[in-house]
Amino acid sequence: MMTLRERALVSMQSVPSLPKHVRIQYDPVRHAFAVLSPEKVFWPNEISLDILRRCDGRSTVGHIIADLASDYDTDQEAVAADVIAFLREWSDKLLVKL
Amino acid sequence: MSEPFLPPIGMLAELTHRCPLQCPYCSNPLELLKANRELDTQTWLDLFSQAADLGVLQVHLSGGEPTLRRDLEQLIAGLSARGVYTNLITAGVGIAEGRIEAFAEAGLDHLQLSFQGARPATTDRIGNHGGSHEKKLETARRARAAGLPLTINAPIHRHNIEEVPEFIDLALSLGAERLEIANVQYAGWALANRDMLMPERAAVERQADIVAAAQERLAGVMNIDFVTPDYFAIYPKPCMGGWARDAFMVAPDGTVLPCHAAQTIPSLRFERFGERTLAEIWTDSPAFNAFRGTGWMQEPCRSCERREVDWGGCRCQAMAIAGDAAATDPACIKSPIHNHMAILIDAALAQAAPEGAESFIFRRIGATTRPDKSA
Ligand code: SF4
Ligand code: SF4
Repeated sequence: MMTLRERALVSMQSVPSLPKHVRIQYDPVRHAFAVLSPEKVFWPNEISLDILRRCDGRSTVGHIIADLASDYDTDQEAVAADVIAFLREWSDKLLVKL
Repeated sequence: MSEPFLPPIGMLAELTHRCPLQCPYCSNPLELLKANRELDTQTWLDLFSQAADLGVLQVHLSGGEPTLRRDLEQLIAGLSARGVYTNLITAGVGIAEGRIEAFAEAGLDHLQLSFQGARPATTDRIGNHGGSHEKKLETARRARAAGLPLTINAPIHRHNIEEVPEFIDLALSLGAERLEIANVQYAGWALANRDMLMPERAAVERQADIVAAAQERLAGVMNIDFVTPDYFAIYPKPCMGGWARDAFMVAPDGTVLPCHAAQTIPSLRFERFGERTLAEIWTDSPAFNAFRGTGWMQEPCRSCERREVDWGGCRCQAMAIAGDAAATDPACIKSPIHNHMAILIDAALAQAAPEGAESFIFRRIGATTRPDKSA
């Protein structure tokens, strides 16, 4: 009997990564980045892509938020809610591992 | 027609019609092709390479049973070298030792394994193959051990609809990321067996509640995709995401088709890879252009606000039930013959044989030639 997966909750300490069945890939035909998953192909917008690219299995959510805030030249609270909501949604669909 | 031309995203490759199972709902055509009609390795590799050039990002390797192709590792490696996402759709019976590991090594991204039942007796009876359930469990374990992500596919009909909760437990216990509860679509062999496969109305309603509750309960644990049964629907599904819009399929002999059942539309002629390139077929084939976009639609679809949501539904279902491939899918409540669906359900239920006494036309070469269904 294997241990069942549990629903993961996003915290500042979570270290998100892409699971094995998901990958980001540049599509030269459509000139855009695609997220490939078992049934679906997603076309993330620029902000989603910036979050997904940082889901590298090393950076914590806190670090990702700080990093994005400095890139977008805005304060952390402004991005935190969006990043957390995005990760919760993608984690609930098993597209991001926490 | 002035619809913008989109490159295809997905392709379903039916590598072979051979299969150790004989599911009475199989989506393959009634006239199954023998092994000597299958494309050879190099032709499939050329086709895959053209597909990647054209914009295909995902290839579903299917059949029949695709693992009966001895060159499957090579085909996976060819796709993987082009960065195409590969999904192997298998019944998981009779896969030789070491091959699943070899598929993973060749770059397979994902494996989808079908279960005819959640109970061993159901699986073995529906697939008409003793001991198949045990073999499937073993395939699932081997896939996990090889590190492959896993979807469990459960084709649902009258004889296993009560097993939906058990399918959910089965998929969880196998560690699947995803479960597909897919109500059988009445095309191919399923159309020939429709009267025996049609579920009871109350069972369909119970199923919807069970699946919705499980989807909520299992958020973040396992994805459950629910393919609802057309005959009980109010609106049709966007079949294939729209005819020739972002996906297509290829039969074992290289015939390029907009969908599984397209060959049941007698007015269309389909081209084979090799006669023309894939790009030519995708853009120019009269059969692909016949129902592309919305220009071909009649009323009520033509002026309907959902026309780019469901693309008028399934052309083959319109053909089978309305007798006109350009009609509104009768699954749609706006179809003038939508009530036929209820009549067909009632007719099927009136004929239902007691459990165990049903006489399926099992899927095998020569079992039947034409669907005996003029609905
Ligand atoms: S549906 Fe059944 S018979 Fe048809 S290909 Fe799949 S496993 Fe084989
Ligand atoms: S009328 Fe046609 S476009 Fe409108 S919902 Fe029905 S099938 Fe879809």
